[in-house]
Amino acid sequence: MGRYVARRLLLTIPVLLGASFLIFSMVYALPGDPIRALGGDRPLSPAVIAELRDRFHLNDPLYVQYWEYLKGLFQGDLGTDFRGRPVLDTIERTLPVTVQLALVAILFEAVIGLVAGVLAGIRRNSYFDNLVLVSTTLIVSIPILVLAFFAQLLFGLRLGWFPIAGTNDGLYSFVLPGLVLASGSLAYVARLTRTSLAENLRADYVRTARAKGLPNRTVIVRHTLRNSLIPVVTFIGADIGTLLGGAIVTETVFNLPGIGREVFNSIRSQEGAVVVGIVTLMVFFFIFFNLVVDVLYAVLDPRIRYD
Amino acid sequence: MTDQQQLDLRKDEVQAGTTTGLASPSVDVTKERQNSLWSDAWGELRRNPLFWIGAVLGVFFVLMALVPQVFARGADPRACDLANSQDLPSAQHWFGFDQQGCDYLANVVYGARNSLIIGVTAVLVILLLGVVVGAIAGYYGGIADGILARIADIFYALPLILGALVLLRVGPSTGIPIINSRGPGAVAIALALFGWMTAMRLVRSQVIAVKSSDYVAAARAMGASGRRILVRHILPNAVAPVLVYATITIGVIIAAEATLTYLGVGLQRPAISWGLQIAAGQASIRTAPHLVLFPSLILTLTVMAFVMMGDALRDALDPRQRA
Repeated sequence: MGRYVARRLLLTIPVLLGASFLIFSMVYALPGDPIRALGGDRPLSPAVIAELRDRFHLNDPLYVQYWEYLKGLFQGDLGTDFRGRPVLDTIERTLPVTVQLALVAILFEAVIGLVAGVLAGIRRNSYFDNLVLVSTTLIVSIPILVLAFFAQLLFGLRLGWFPIAGTNDGLYSFVLPGLVLASGSLAYVARLTRTSLAENLRADYVRTARAKGLPNRTVIVRHTLRNSLIPVVTFIGADIGTLLGGAIVTETVFNLPGIGREVFNSIRSQEGAVVVGIVTLMVFFFIFFNLVVDVLYAVLDPRIRYD
Repeated sequence: MTDQQQLDLRKDEVQAGTTTGLASPSVDVTKERQNSLWSDAWGELRRNPLFWIGAVLGVFFVLMALVPQVFARGADPRACDLANSQDLPSAQHWFGFDQQGCDYLANVVYGARNSLIIGVTAVLVILLLGVVVGAIAGYYGGIADGILARIADIFYALPLILGALVLLRVGPSTGIPIINSRGPGAVAIALALFGWMTAMRLVRSQVIAVKSSDYVAAARAMGASGRRILVRHILPNAVAPVLVYATITIGVIIAAEATLTYLGVGLQRPAISWGLQIAAGQASIRTAPHLVLFPSLILTLTVMAFVMMGDALRDALDPRQRA
């Protein structure tokens, strides 16, 4: 297991570098001049422009710029934005918001998705099963953007149950955006659990368990669920990357000051350093959780041995 | 197939939201007549009401994209009268008027074309990239597979919306044709460029799984070339899962396009797009909620049409469902 993890960790390095270079080259290939834009109405003097261009390595070829960036990265320096604020500070300020949002979303995803999926899977073709099927199709089809507006309109403005913007109400202000963010994955988790459970319930070992007189609850919880959860866990882990992508929209609509909204604003204002920093972080999270899931896989399924 | 390959295939299936049937073959050999996969699937599809709802909706929106005039009830989306600004829906004008006093039904109807063009184009590019890259990686294996799989990993690690967002923001100031056009082509390419990996992985796993089968060995023994084996024997196996994936992905891409356009990097005015309509309507969501409501509703129904068709197709093609 240790060797497997080490090998996987090594494999993440080219992916992490590749993804950050991809974003880096897209952002820095911009022919537009952010330094000139910085001056606004009053043009900066040529000396200042030259000095700033030099400081941000804007005159060097792309690979040199990237090398400079990497050197900084390994010293824990993600660079500064064009106003001189360290990118690391920006991330420290915004990341907790997104972490809370993602945690709330994953909680909804796991709890509601699993419960609905298990109940539907146990009684296939029942009324509840069909309800889950139809409602998940519906939820999957609603774009996050649309769902966000309707949640704001209905639960925020009409009913007044939840705040619709900002983080003033602590964890409570993450409930509505979290639910919106989780919606698509939640539906998918429910379906996956349902199919997986229903499939495993037909397996021979379940018949054996029943035959030796185990109560239904034990058969489902101890024997079937554990096996059925394997694809679900994989999905939830891989889904964290999707959640971060969805956070861009959710945080923008709900006005949450997290990394999603920050990266969107930075893309708009061409703050290259911030964009590359946050995207690299997102990619890191994505890779990390995928690794965790693969390791969990072996823990959950004794048939899988990595070494 | 080894356990590890079977596992990989399962994982790819889960990620793509589709099934190949290969990961857990369950052919009932005791049955006297073996129907083909497709005739079984059609029989299954015909009895699925969700498929029919999806199909009817899908045909409806495709027609709307082809001949919007018919659906706009004679109104011109660009003929506007400020006197009608933000008027509510009436018997004459079902969807009311927008901020500029344009007939909103006509505007929403004309929005279908861009969405569908982008959805279909992006998925075609995704299929092209996915099938070609996946087939090469899976069939030839070795170094080619290692490199292509790593490249796919790199793209896979970037969220779809994020990658497309950066590319489209940067696009107009680059010299690359299509990408710098700010048109539907740019949006479609950007979405395809950051969305081809799942199709590639699906095809790759499928090819690896089928490669070691007896009939491929037989074809090789008879002297068939690598390309012929790929095209005639291996790829046809991948058609079913890829078809399911493609159908659902059209819906996903349409939603992503609306999101990008809403965020300001997709289609630009004066193009007619649901994303632009939602963005414009957002400002007056309290006084004229219909401006957000109608494009959102039609957008959702369009996405739903493709998701439902894809779902039904998956259920029909999944041998596991037939117990």
